[in-house]
Amino acid sequence: MSGIGMENKPKLVDENNLRIDGRKLDELRPIRIEAGILKRADGSAYVEWGENKVLAAVYGPREAKPKHIQNPAKAIVQCRYNMAPFSVSERKRPGPDRRSVEISKITGDVFESVLFLEMFPRASIDIFIEVLQANAGTRCAGITAASVALADAGIPMADLVPACAAGKIDGKIAVDLKKEEDNYGEADLPVAIIPRTKEIVLLQMDGNMSETEFETALNMAMDACMKIYELQKDALKRKYITDQEVDAEQVEKPNTSRGDNQ
Amino acid sequence: MVEGKIETVKSNVRQIVVPGEFLMKAPMKPGIGTYSRGGEIFASTVGVLSVHGNYVNVIPLSGKYIPRVGDVIIGKIIDIAPTNWLVDINAPYPAPLHISGTPWRVEMGETQKYLDLGDMILCEVEAVDETKRIMVTMSKPGCKKLTDGEIIEITPTKVPRVIGRGGSMINLLKNYTKCRIYVGQNGRIWLEGSVEQIALAILAIRKIEEESHLLGLTDAVKDFLEKHTKTTNQ
Repeated sequence: MSGIGMENKPKLVDENNLRIDGRKLDELRPIRIEAGILKRADGSAYVEWGENKVLAAVYGPREAKPKHIQNPAKAIVQCRYNMAPFSVSERKRPGPDRRSVEISKITGDVFESVLFLEMFPRASIDIFIEVLQANAGTRCAGITAASVALADAGIPMADLVPACAAGKIDGKIAVDLKKEEDNYGEADLPVAIIPRTKEIVLLQMDGNMSETEFETALNMAMDACMKIYELQKDALKRKYITDQEVDAEQVEKPNTSRGDNQ
Repeated sequence: MVEGKIETVKSNVRQIVVPGEFLMKAPMKPGIGTYSRGGEIFASTVGVLSVHGNYVNVIPLSGKYIPRVGDVIIGKIIDIAPTNWLVDINAPYPAPLHISGTPWRVEMGETQKYLDLGDMILCEVEAVDETKRIMVTMSKPGCKKLTDGEIIEITPTKVPRVIGRGGSMINLLKNYTKCRIYVGQNGRIWLEGSVEQIALAILAIRKIEEESHLLGLTDAVKDFLEKHTKTTNQ
């Protein structure tokens, strides 16, 4: 992470411990999450995370095809992370590359650990993450969006999964790095957790940190994840609590009336 | 915590919960849409919290149709084989319909004479095994090929709301719109009547689907239907 391309390195943290965009070291970029915005998908979510714009769509559970990829004991998770050609400043060649294949795989693995897959043998749950605009931290934004989309699709899962990165910039540990900080910083540590149990379902590291720095960064990232978790819950509830003008007279029990029509 | 939750259920808006949300503690039992870990019950889907006896349920607000034996459903023929048809029932898996499960005497290889690709049928789920292999049958009373009318699809989890408690909602719809209506458990609804009647029924069903998580829905739909039948009569 040193040497090449470091000639024009800007000052990432000033004397007041403020970063280039004025954030404190433990401050997240503004995040907006919206659930259920695509009509054709079974579940969907849109996340604006600073200058990141990420769209996630979920299909399924549906029959896994071709047949040989089916698992007779549980559903499989298929994930595709894709960056739009216009998502970065220099046009990205469309199609999967080494990086997006890796992110697709780890994102799929994240959700394999929270979804109740045994309920849908032979089926497939397909997750599509489209990065429309990137500014570092898109894998975290993608996981955050995909977990809201999965919940929106009504697929049973143990918990929502928030994700956030921490890193080292100008020798200091900071949360949620933006593009310049990621490019010129010393390390980047994306983390995804299960909020209820604080289990880690994704942990990667790029760059170098000492053990104590790593501990600090991990704790900061997990604290940030808990903040994002609240935003995810809010996004899902907001979809339904729009107009509450109906008054309480008749309490119907939808589950008891199964099958007694006609 | 427990008291607080029950209190909010009784208030005028149903309490929406999301996956991983803590619901209640041990003496209560986990029902549908929930799971338990270490004596505590958590939600596993986005839905409406509902307590029945000592069961905690989360009535899901979205999700695929999961077949259960005995469900009356509306299926679409998607493939034809010499002795059976393949029926799309809006579930994660297609279901075969064997010739022995039809009201007709079908000779082997003559399946296409009775049901062709794209035909819609009213059928019943006969069997579901542990790997979710599904069998459907038409040799049950009421099962038939649907020839005219119109079919719409709604979110399968909202079917109980369209039917209403003891069929209250569906009867309301039938009375006001004078349509013939079949509601399949898989979220497909068959309607027959004049164009205007069907249009009104569809509007009402869409309203139910949108507001399914709110209380007093039957009254709201009744008002809606009353208003619209009046304007069309004038």
